[in-house]
Amino acid sequence: MRYLTFAAGLIGASAAFAETPELTVYTYDSFVSDWGPGPVIEAAFEETCECDLKLVGAGDGAALLARIRLEGARTDADIVLGLDTNLTNAALDTGLFAPHSVSAEFALPIPWSDANFVPYDWGYFAFVHNTGLDAPASFKELVASDLKVVIQDPRSSTPGLGLLMWVKSAYGDEAPAIWEDLSDNILTVTKGWSEAYGLFLDGEADMVLSYTTSPAYHLIAEDDASKAAAAFDEGHYMQIEVAAKLASSDQPELADKFLDFMVSDAFQSVISTTNWMYPAVTPSAGLPEGFETLIIPEKALIVPAADAQTMRDEALAEWLSVLSQ
Amino acid sequence: MAVRSVAVNRVPGFGAAILVAALVLGTLLAVVLRAESGRGLGPADWSAVRFTIAQALVSAVLSVALAVPVARALSRRAFRGRYVLVTLLGAPFILPVIVAVLGLLTVFGRNGWISQVLGLAGLPPLSVYGFHGVVLAHVFFNLPLATRLILQGWQDIPAERFRLAAQLGFGAGDTARVLERPMLASILPGAFALVFAICLTSFAVALTLGGGPKATTIELAIYQAFRFDFDLGRAALLASLQIGLAGIAASVALRFSGSGGFGAGLDRVMPRWDANAHWIRTQDGMVILLAALFLVVPLVAVVLAGVRGFGLIGYGVYYAAFLSIAVAMFSTTILLLLALPLAATIAVSRRGLVEIVGVLGLAASPLVLGTGLFIILFPIVDPFALALPVTALVNAILALPFAVRILVPGLRDVVKSFGPLAQSLDLRGWALWRIVILPRMRRQIGFAAGLGAALSMGDLGVIALFADPEMATLPLQMYRLMGAYQMEAAAGAGLLLLMLSLALFWLFDQGGRWRAET
Repeated sequence: MRYLTFAAGLIGASAAFAETPELTVYTYDSFVSDWGPGPVIEAAFEETCECDLKLVGAGDGAALLARIRLEGARTDADIVLGLDTNLTNAALDTGLFAPHSVSAEFALPIPWSDANFVPYDWGYFAFVHNTGLDAPASFKELVASDLKVVIQDPRSSTPGLGLLMWVKSAYGDEAPAIWEDLSDNILTVTKGWSEAYGLFLDGEADMVLSYTTSPAYHLIAEDDASKAAAAFDEGHYMQIEVAAKLASSDQPELADKFLDFMVSDAFQSVISTTNWMYPAVTPSAGLPEGFETLIIPEKALIVPAADAQTMRDEALAEWLSVLSQ
Repeated sequence: MAVRSVAVNRVPGFGAAILVAALVLGTLLAVVLRAESGRGLGPADWSAVRFTIAQALVSAVLSVALAVPVARALSRRAFRGRYVLVTLLGAPFILPVIVAVLGLLTVFGRNGWISQVLGLAGLPPLSVYGFHGVVLAHVFFNLPLATRLILQGWQDIPAERFRLAAQLGFGAGDTARVLERPMLASILPGAFALVFAICLTSFAVALTLGGGPKATTIELAIYQAFRFDFDLGRAALLASLQIGLAGIAASVALRFSGSGGFGAGLDRVMPRWDANAHWIRTQDGMVILLAALFLVVPLVAVVLAGVRGFGLIGYGVYYAAFLSIAVAMFSTTILLLLALPLAATIAVSRRGLVEIVGVLGLAASPLVLGTGLFIILFPIVDPFALALPVTALVNAILALPFAVRILVPGLRDVVKSFGPLAQSLDLRGWALWRIVILPRMRRQIGFAAGLGAALSMGDLGVIALFADPEMATLPLQMYRLMGAYQMEAAAGAGLLLLMLSLALFWLFDQGGRWRAET
């Protein structure tokens, strides 16, 4: 009899479980790690949504898009979180994404309006170095120095692609010449951000391509003020990270609710010290202490999403032809 | 044909070969069918192909050539800590790429230990980045593997042969001519083909140590085709090219490898009277010392980096470690179920297609294999539900070439020496395996299982596409830590991975030896 009760309880429990709607969000790996924003955000959203939020890590931004293209309209994902403006146009072309209804006062350095993609954080790419270093103030100064930098391959890494777009948008047709001069400063090119940053922390290179917000991590989480980002006169290329709802979602209302939650305080106040980026909407408490020490570039560079694909292919071809010699 | 004189059923072996071929080629086909129109191979792809072949050739030749003196020295010297050293030799090979690369750079890098010593003497730092860096890393990874394979060859020469050689008054030169060179002729080509195939699919190591995009390998070009251009057709084309190259290497190796086989002995360890001369002892000692330094010092760097981060690793990492061990066990079981019949079929057949199939798994691009499986499975089942079984299966396929290489020489000897007796006793089927084959193959089975388990622990393989958020394996968890700035904790996780992989390897390898040597 006890077993029957137990079984009945089990069936009852699983029936109740089945009624809880599930919202599946595909995102990049570091978002779902224990130290990333994932766990806090999952708990915060589940408090209010009466649903089960399932965060799925699928590589990084570009791998995320490839995954969605592989799965097509049959995908289980309701939301994709973690594309950036270099990818949004290609994402839009798949026809898999639906328009959103979010309105918010975005704290981006550039005006934002997009029918499908909602930004949740942003940052500037920058070369990070130890504070003792006499850091260059421009690409021109960098190429003239004998400093060694470690960068990421644009074909396998989002920051790597960011640098490509940075040089291209700052120098246009002169970009190949900059790369030519930069080639003897490049210690090596890594597959991803983690490898490059690891090499830098081990003292292999003087500078590493990362974000202006990277020093905030060391300052706030490790109480270590020894890292800084070099401010470049040419301006800094921006990365704006966005999320969007899939047209095939079986939970469209819940997905809308998540996108609204994404630009609210509960989500935005977590981003700066877990994803180590600027929140897309400044939370009511402001930015955390320590962020005021970061450099603020005078000029924000970004290629409009619509032109990103063409520029990317052109810049990659140039980069390969210069550095493969 | 004499070798057929044993009742080994060849059907399971063919079945295993067909399964592997179907998996490798089927996933490739799935990717091709899913492809939309893309562009063919451009000049950049061809230069990637050339670079890939060049670095793989040099790396394989060097790894195998250097492994011969190391294996010879280890085979004829008994010293304290020899077994520990031989076990540690497995470590570079099973480490996740990123951990090993950071370990290598701690020693050979611009800010590495050697450079720091050079700096004290007023010399410029080492420059490790470039073609030579790629080769250095690949030798670091593959020298131990080649050494183990060749050492196995030495151990497969029955001790009675060496005793006979001593009675006939053989010196080192005579022993080399009559016993060692024929053995090497049968082992080296296979070892070369294996290392060549491993280096073919290298990507992150080649890029990081190659110093820039000129070190683009085929696997990186596949990566680019897949995620940058979403050109599945080109990805599949490049993947086929990679498999083709490994296939060519394997068939060339087969053609050149001698027949080998020394018949049976009583499996006793014998002192080597031919290598007692003082200068030979000194030479062996030097060789072992140099190899140990080259291989162990970067591991020390990994351990030192990990010790600091060990306290930082949390529940998530331990859970991931538990899952990884479960996957490794499952994977090792699949591996042995595939490898034993396959190796037995190869042992009683003429060399050929079946043996080449064994190399297929190694040459398959993990990205294409994973993507193909994903395309096939996604419409049918929830990929997350299959994350761990798929990972175990793919890891087994990737480890299969190693297992086959380890098992075949010994099996051939067993078949040759005990085949007629087994035949006359009408031993067949399971009884043949239980009474004749398995007891005599324990050492090799233990080694193959240990290597398979350790490889499965360290391999990222295809898990990324199937990864369930709550089901991350240890290497994946480590990458996630690094992606979240947790470099120290990641180093701790790397150390845990190293220890667990070595422990698994040791357990299986030791299990195979337990009471096997008198």
